[in-house]
Amino acid sequence: MTIADQAQLLTFFVSGAEYGVDILRVQEIRGWSAPMPMPRTPPFVKGVINIRGDIVPIADLRERLGMASQDATATTAIVVLRIDHGGRSTVRGIVVDAMSDVTTVDAAQIKPPPDVAEAAAFAALARGIAIVDDKLITILDVDGVFPSAPSNDNHDAVDASAAFATP
Amino acid sequence: MNPDALQAQLLAAFYEESADALERLESGLVRLDADAGRDLIDDLFRAIHSLKGGAGVVGLVELGPLAHAIESVFDRLRRGARATPAMTTALLRGVDALRGGLAARRAGRPDGAACARAVTELEQLGAAVAPTAAPPAETRLWAVTIAPRPDALRDGLDLAGVLAQLVELGPAMVTTELDALPPLAELDPARSYLRWQVMVSTARRREELLAIVAWIDDTCAVAVEPVVAEALPEPDAVEAAPPAAVPARDAGGGSAAAAASSIRVGIDKIDALINMVGELVITQSMLGELDDDAPLDRGRLARLREGLGQLARNTRALQDSVMRLRSMPVGTLFNRFPRLVRELGERLGKEIALEISGPATELDKAVLEKLGDPLIHLVRNAIDHGIEPVADRVAAGKPPAGTIRLHAEHRGGDVIVEITDDGRGLDAARIVATARAKALIAPDATLDERAAYQLVFLPGFSTAREVSDLSGRGVGMDVVRRHVLELGGDIVLDSRPGRGTRVTLRLPLTLAIIDGQLVRLGDRQMVIPLLSITESVELDPARTACLGGTLDVYRLRDQLVPMLDLAALLELPRHAAQRRILVVVTVDDAPIGLLVDEVLAQQQVVVKSLESNYQRVPGLAGATILGDGQVAFILDVVALVQAARVPSLAAAAA
Repeated sequence: MTIADQAQLLTFFVSGAEYGVDILRVQEIRGWSAPMPMPRTPPFVKGVINIRGDIVPIADLRERLGMASQDATATTAIVVLRIDHGGRSTVRGIVVDAMSDVTTVDAAQIKPPPDVAEAAAFAALARGIAIVDDKLITILDVDGVFPSAPSNDNHDAVDASAAFATP
Repeated sequence: MNPDALQAQLLAAFYEESADALERLESGLVRLDADAGRDLIDDLFRAIHSLKGGAGVVGLVELGPLAHAIESVFDRLRRGARATPAMTTALLRGVDALRGGLAARRAGRPDGAACARAVTELEQLGAAVAPTAAPPAETRLWAVTIAPRPDALRDGLDLAGVLAQLVELGPAMVTTELDALPPLAELDPARSYLRWQVMVSTARRREELLAIVAWIDDTCAVAVEPVVAEALPEPDAVEAAPPAAVPARDAGGGSAAAAASSIRVGIDKIDALINMVGELVITQSMLGELDDDAPLDRGRLARLREGLGQLARNTRALQDSVMRLRSMPVGTLFNRFPRLVRELGERLGKEIALEISGPATELDKAVLEKLGDPLIHLVRNAIDHGIEPVADRVAAGKPPAGTIRLHAEHRGGDVIVEITDDGRGLDAARIVATARAKALIAPDATLDERAAYQLVFLPGFSTAREVSDLSGRGVGMDVVRRHVLELGGDIVLDSRPGRGTRVTLRLPLTLAIIDGQLVRLGDRQMVIPLLSITESVELDPARTACLGGTLDVYRLRDQLVPMLDLAALLELPRHAAQRRILVVVTVDDAPIGLLVDEVLAQQQVVVKSLESNYQRVPGLAGATILGDGQVAFILDVVALVQAARVPSLAAAAA
């Protein structure tokens, strides 16, 4: 077995289930600090925080996965990730309930996510499910957490026609 | 300093000077038809003369004869010859050829062909006298190409001596071609990867040149060729972007890339900066005196406070001056247009006068550079679609010559650039019909004229019935709009059928730092750009009213000002609101009141883009980080207010 067949995952808990992200995409882990809410953004975007002078948007993974959000607890953490956004490398954070571990998984241990209509939001974000010992770890597609915004053109078009549609 | 570095520095300086001189020549030549006054001709003469001298000093030999030919024409004009349009055109082409020659040099590929062709043209014009001061007739420009075989170095090739001999023959330029150079990891140091080209202007014969290179022709492929004028394709006379934008090929010197990002700064700005630093040093020494172990009594505390206050002022002034270094007059951009308008008008058989106002308005260099293409597009549009043919104009009772006006001014915290034409205007009905046909708007949408005009900025919108080769190149107004938005600006189009069209661009003065007014909304702080604020008043409930049950207005002196709840505009959660201060801003020339809970400090804020890690958020111009590390959003007042769609109060206020 070669290294390429293995992946190191940083794992954490959201709503009792364990999730993992490719550890090479993790910039840092921060304790919870309330983000500054940003107007006119999807509800799961909780706002922005200041990371050493950078303005970094934060998504609530619970809401992104279609679950109810909960107030921050002592274990709530922000995982700061390097996320590819339309070819640009950006820094963004996700809110998780608690950190777990660093786990090495083999490619053979990773199964595709279930194709169930009820879990569409979940399946769209899952790259696969790793079975480690007797735990299930959902491997997140980090680039999908913030859905790619429509390209500038479309965005403008929607904007403009919406503004013009009413007299 | 070694000679190469000196030469590189001289070249860099010359390139900058020559850009100025070419611009002066171009804008002067365009005026020549109308005003062949002595002052103008003298100015043109001086411009070409110093260009010629400079080219000689730095050894750009291929430009000499052309510069001389142009100079000769101006000399004749100075002696009383009459300027003709044909002469102007030939001179403009000559200037183009100079520009092309310079660009070719910068790219590391000297090319005398276009210049030689332009000389011929000027001479054919009968306007140029024989170039008496030019190099003697038998002096030619030679290109000596030396390509060592890969194993040449093993055979003990010493190229330096040969190159030195060639360079001694006369004004010369040596270019090293690095194309074949492999990545460092694959580099075999004993292998030769480079090729050289020596351009030398000399009276020696080919045999003599061959004799010099004979030493190395067993290890190198050597070619000695005279540089001849060859027929080049006719340059597109309407191409507005000067050909100076030849991709910079870094031919070893690195000067091309460095020059591209350099900026010419007036000496007064530098002096201001030096003064400021002097002040700073004085303040520092004043504060330094307090830095000892003596107790901080009342007197010393007062001095400390004074010193800190002074430091704050100095820092602020220094920041202003440094930001001003980046700004350039918009005239440097406007100057490109007389020629564009003249040539486009000629080609379309339309008479067009160009009026320029406010060229001294300063704008951040980065903004200015990105403004060029959108502006060219808009002016082309105005010429192509806006201004009618002469016959149509006369039939409509208008003066035969159309007018295009380029105007710039500072308004609020922004720079306004307007492009106005007195042409046929836009057809609102046709625009709406097209937008419907292309499903860009709902079939039942009703729009007023102003809203209809803005539809032309939608992607996929083009009413041009046939694609014209001027403005209908598939680059639409949506691209123009996107460019302007990317600059943090805004674009609005207004038109009167039969009377003309006005496009207004609103651009930020600078992109980096703004003066902000901190305001409080509930427990949040927001920044409103200070320059968009006209005043802030404490809300007097007796002066508020609600018009038509929907529009809250405030009676401010003799004016009715619409009031908007900023918290609601920003979709902030409901709060036990106090909202007792009205911040009055100006949007589209009309006052709008924004309700906030409290007005806090004014401070300069560093604009951080939301796009770098996220995306553009409508209504927010960016974010900043306050002294306590908190993030505060900077509001895009215009976008917020426009999104709120406040009806015009013009009637109510009257």
